[in-house]
Order: sequence, then structure tokens, then C-alpha cells
Amino acid sequence: MADRVIYATYDDDHTLLEGAKKLVADGVHISDVFSPFPIHGIDPVIGVKHTRLGIVAMMFAVTGMMLAVIGFQYIMISDWPMNIGGKPNFSLLQNFPSFVPITFEFTVLFAAHGMALTYLLRNKTLPGMPADNPYPRNTDDRFTMEIRLSENGGMSSDDLHAKIKQTGIVEIEEKDYVVIK
Amino acid sequence: MHKEAAIREPLILGHKTYSDITEDVCGPIEGKAPKAWYIMFGIALLVGLYGIGCILYLLGTGIGTWGLNKTVEWAWDITNFVWWVGIGHAGTLISAVLLLFRQRWRMAINRSAEAMTIFAVFMAGLFPLIHMGRLWVGYWVLPIPNQFGSLWVNFNSPLLWDVFAISTYLTVSVVFWYIGLIPDFATIRDRAKGSVSRKMYGILSFGWSGRAKHWNRFEIVSLVLAGLATPLVFSVHSIVSFDFATSVIPGWHTTIFPPYFVAGAVFSGFAMVQTLLLILRKGMKLEAYIHTKHVEYMNIVIMVTGSIVGVAYLTELFISWYSGVEYESYAFINRATGPYWWAYASMMTCNVVSPQLMWFKKLRTSLLFTFFISIVVNIGMWFERFVIIVTSIHQDYLPSSWSMFYPTWVDIGVFIGTIGIFFAFYLAFARYFPVLAIAELKTIVKISGESYKNGTAPGHDDHGGGDHGHVEEPIKEDNTDTASEEE
Repeated sequence: MADRVIYATYDDDHTLLEGAKKLVADGVHISDVFSPFPIHGIDPVIGVKHTRLGIVAMMFAVTGMMLAVIGFQYIMISDWPMNIGGKPNFSLLQNFPSFVPITFEFTVLFAAHGMALTYLLRNKTLPGMPADNPYPRNTDDRFTMEIRLSENGGMSSDDLHAKIKQTGIVEIEEKDYVVIK
Repeated sequence: MHKEAAIREPLILGHKTYSDITEDVCGPIEGKAPKAWYIMFGIALLVGLYGIGCILYLLGTGIGTWGLNKTVEWAWDITNFVWWVGIGHAGTLISAVLLLFRQRWRMAINRSAEAMTIFAVFMAGLFPLIHMGRLWVGYWVLPIPNQFGSLWVNFNSPLLWDVFAISTYLTVSVVFWYIGLIPDFATIRDRAKGSVSRKMYGILSFGWSGRAKHWNRFEIVSLVLAGLATPLVFSVHSIVSFDFATSVIPGWHTTIFPPYFVAGAVFSGFAMVQTLLLILRKGMKLEAYIHTKHVEYMNIVIMVTGSIVGVAYLTELFISWYSGVEYESYAFINRATGPYWWAYASMMTCNVVSPQLMWFKKLRTSLLFTFFISIVVNIGMWFERFVIIVTSIHQDYLPSSWSMFYPTWVDIGVFIGTIGIFFAFYLAFARYFPVLAIAELKTIVKISGESYKNGTAPGHDDHGGGDHGHVEEPIKEDNTDTASEEE
């Protein structure tokens, strides 16, 4: 049997947050929340883990910095050491002060682009991807909770509807769950 | 939830709902463009095309078409380059530095300021490329393996530092800007009526659906990008200043250049933001979002950075005398009293005197005066770069080579052309892109809406026990000018 999903829609972010807290306290598992802007405080309530993209950025930054240093060593010191204006390039360490600006820029370049790319890939937000917000107004002024029946095994559809209706919703709908992506 | 002191003036005027914000920002994109837009875009396009014509003529004939000579081998090209890079700085400063400082007033202006940054840096990048004379070998500045033997770029050269600084700045700014745009493109996509626009904005929005997990990542990415872009802002113009500071030309090799250039960049950048935003708010009827308070805050930034620039001018003068180096002293005396005294006087008047007028609240809250000063500042900052560059090299160590620089019609045409291209890009942006950060603005509706200040917002009492309880009773204060000051 296909999974069923309940979409509970609110017209206020605060009402949704309070509603989510109440539902979770009642043992309801909320799969996801769709909103036009970030609802601060919702993540711990519905169990969204803190992202590790900051660590990813750090890893890309270190990679960029290492690549820059390896590039300087090869290009300026070992492959073709240039003597420009009486300032020869014989040692990476001694010449490093003049490499600092590009090392910094390369580090930032890698960190920013690497993290942004990881973010897009992890989100699966890429050019041409289909959107899967249940209602168009989720990007305008409506906030929707997604509650899947299969994740709330102990509760019937009627039970869930009854609980959700007590949380200040403006609209509720039950559909077959369709995986878009 | 956000908290803000009740004594703060609202950031969004009127009783705006989430839907109102969407409508106010998306409405002008979806509707027909006003006649004024077509006229302005047409003029900008014509000027831009003239500039492109000049560039093509220059490429076909050679940079001898510029007024450069053996003494003044850098003039308008590098002046324009530094001027445009400086203008770009305000955008990143607003979006990154002010984000880190939690300045919420930035939300109404960051999107268009970032767009300005990208277009300005793009214009800046054109000049070094054109100055090469052989645009088609521009890729030689990149350290890529090649078939010319061991031909590598010189990583010790400040001009190569520029290549890395500008390209990093441009691409990181684009990424920062675009990541913020994705949710707003999704908003337009979900409202689009025509199939073409739905398809176009569907592609641009990358399938954004506003999931909690995506917002969680979005906020961290924005914060980390801001953290990365903040030192980048300072590094870019510092590196641009190294083009001069690492040389041996009197008037150039001063250690004050990096902070002085950064302050000057922010100064001119904010002035350009003012010019553009004052046109934008009027043309797109965004007075509720970009109001006098925003203009005043930006004017304060202009005043502070203008004062820093003024102090830097005086410090330069003092050091040139105190150093006891006669060449250095001469360079500065020549700037003020030599054949280019008029450029120096323009620079001093526009950059040192005009921002000081912002001390007067009446002037810094006047939209008309702000518009005027913003243009004055941009002219002054162009002259600053011209003074630094041309006056320092037109009379160098060797009197026999002293010379004057006179721009040709190609010099002027290329510069005016970049202004045209810049405005054409900006107007196209204003027509098809959300000019305000819709999603970000929605996060400050409740903390800054007037209705929440005076406790008349719908449902205000209902939320008293929740996080909205942070919105306290407004403190009685003499802020009667809050509403009246808006025009």
C-alpha cells in the first residue's frame, strides 16, 4: 500500500512552531516543514541535525592553501626560479611573504566555492531540479508540515487529523506520498 | 525568534504581511515595465554600445589610441579600474560585514548592493584586460601549463595578486549573491503565470522548496560565506593598493595605502549604493522598505569613511614632510600646486568637505541632498585615483621625461561606456530579478513592523506567551518623527 502523507498548513511561523512542539510532545513524528523563510527554533523540534557545512568549508580551505603552496614550490622555486629585480626565488620559505596574498585568495576561493557546491549537491538544488514543496504558497506566506503515516505507525489517520486540528492550522490535506526526487 | 529593543525604529514601514512583501518585490517583475525604465535602459544601452565600439577600435588599432605616453603609461585605465573595484566594495560590505554584525537594516539593501558589486567588479576587470592591448591572450595571466616552454606567471608581482584577488572577489560575490537569490527565485517561480517565466525561474531557482533542512544549511552557508567574504573585502582593495605601494614612485610607496584604499572603496561604494537605491526605491515604489532610516545609516557610513579618507590625505601630507625625502615632498607639493592642482582641489572638496555635511541630521536625512552628495563623492573618488596615479608619474625622478597626460576620445569613450554597460546591467537586474531579499525581509516583519511596535498587529495578544512575548510594550519616546520623516 502506498504511503499516505498529511500536509498541515499554517499562516504563521510562530503558530507552526508552537504546533510542532505540541505534536512532538504528543508523540507525532514530523517529517519535514516547508516555509518561505527559516523558522528559527524548528530544527531541534523536528529533529533536523546541525549541518556540517562549516567543517566542509574548512576542509576546502586547507585544500586550497596546500594547492597554492605546492603550486608556488613547483612553479617559482623548482621549475623556473626567476630572478626579478635582483630578488631571486631560491627558497619557498624565504620567498613566502610575497606569496601570502595569493595563498589567502586561493584559500578563500576554494573554501567558498567548495562549500557552495557541496551545499547545492547536498540539498539537491541544482539547475533543472523539480521543486517539491506541496503548495506554491510555501514560498510566499504559507508554512506546511509534512507528516507521513508510515512514520507514525502507532497512530491512525483520524488520530493524527484530530491532533493536528488543535494546532491552529488553516488547511489540512491527506495525499498519497509521491517521491519526486 | 528575533529580539529587538522596542525603542528601535521599524525597518519596514506600514503594516506589511509576508504576502505584501512578496507582492511588492515580485509585482514589478511580473508586470509591464514602466516607460521610464525603457528610456533609462535605452540610454544606458546606447552609451554602453558606444563604449564597446571604442574598445573594439582600441583593440583593432592599439593602445596608442589612449592618451598615454612614455612617462604617463598608466592613467585613466588604472584610475577607472581602481574606481570600479572600489565601488564594488559596498555590496560585499553590506552583505557580509553587516551580516556578521547582525545589522538587520542591511536586508533591504543587500541584494541590489551585491548586484552593483558584481557589475562594478566586472567593469573593473575590463580595464586591465584592455590595457594588455591583446585581449585574446588575457588567459596568460593564469598559471596554466602551456606550450611556450617554462613560461609561468610571476607570483611575486602585485599585478598578479590583483588577478587572483579580483577573480576570487568576483566569483565569491557571485556565489554569495546567487545563493541568496535561490529562495527568492522560487517565490517568483511559484507565482509565475506564463509558462516561459515559470520555466525560466524554475531553472534559476534550482528546485528550491524551502525545507527546514535546506534553510538550516542556507543559514550556515550564508554565515560562513560572510565570514569568508569579510576578510576578502579588506584584502582585495589592500592588494589593489599594493600595485602602487610596492613600487618606488614618490607618492605611491606609502604604508597607509591599504587601509586608506579600503576606506576610500567603502566610501565610494556606499555613495554609488545611494545613487542607485534612491532611483530604485522611487522607480519600484519601495519606499516602505528603503526609507529615510536606511539612507541615514548609509550616510553615516559615508561620513565615517569620508573622514578616514580625509585623515589619510592629511597623514600622507604630514609623512611626506616628516620623512625628509625631497622627492616625496615634491610629489605632494606638485599635486596641490602643480599643473593638476584642479584635480587635487576637486578631490579635496568632494571627499573631505562634502561628507562632513552629513553631521547635520537634516542634510543626511534629505533624499535630494543625499542623491547630490552621492554623485559628488563618486566624482571625488575618481579624482582621488587620478591624482594618485597621474600626478605621481607625470613628474618622476627624471625631469627630462616630465610630461602631461591628456585623455583622447577613446579614453573618455571607454570610461563612459563602462558606466553605460554598468547601468544597463543594473536596470536589467532590477527588471527581472528580485531587488530585495524577500526571504530575509520576511524574518524581520514581526520585529520591526510598526504594528508590532504599537501593539496593534493582528494576533499580537495571542502570541504573548510565546516567543513573540519578547515584543514588549513600546517605550514612550519622542519618536514622533518616525512616520513623518518619511518624505
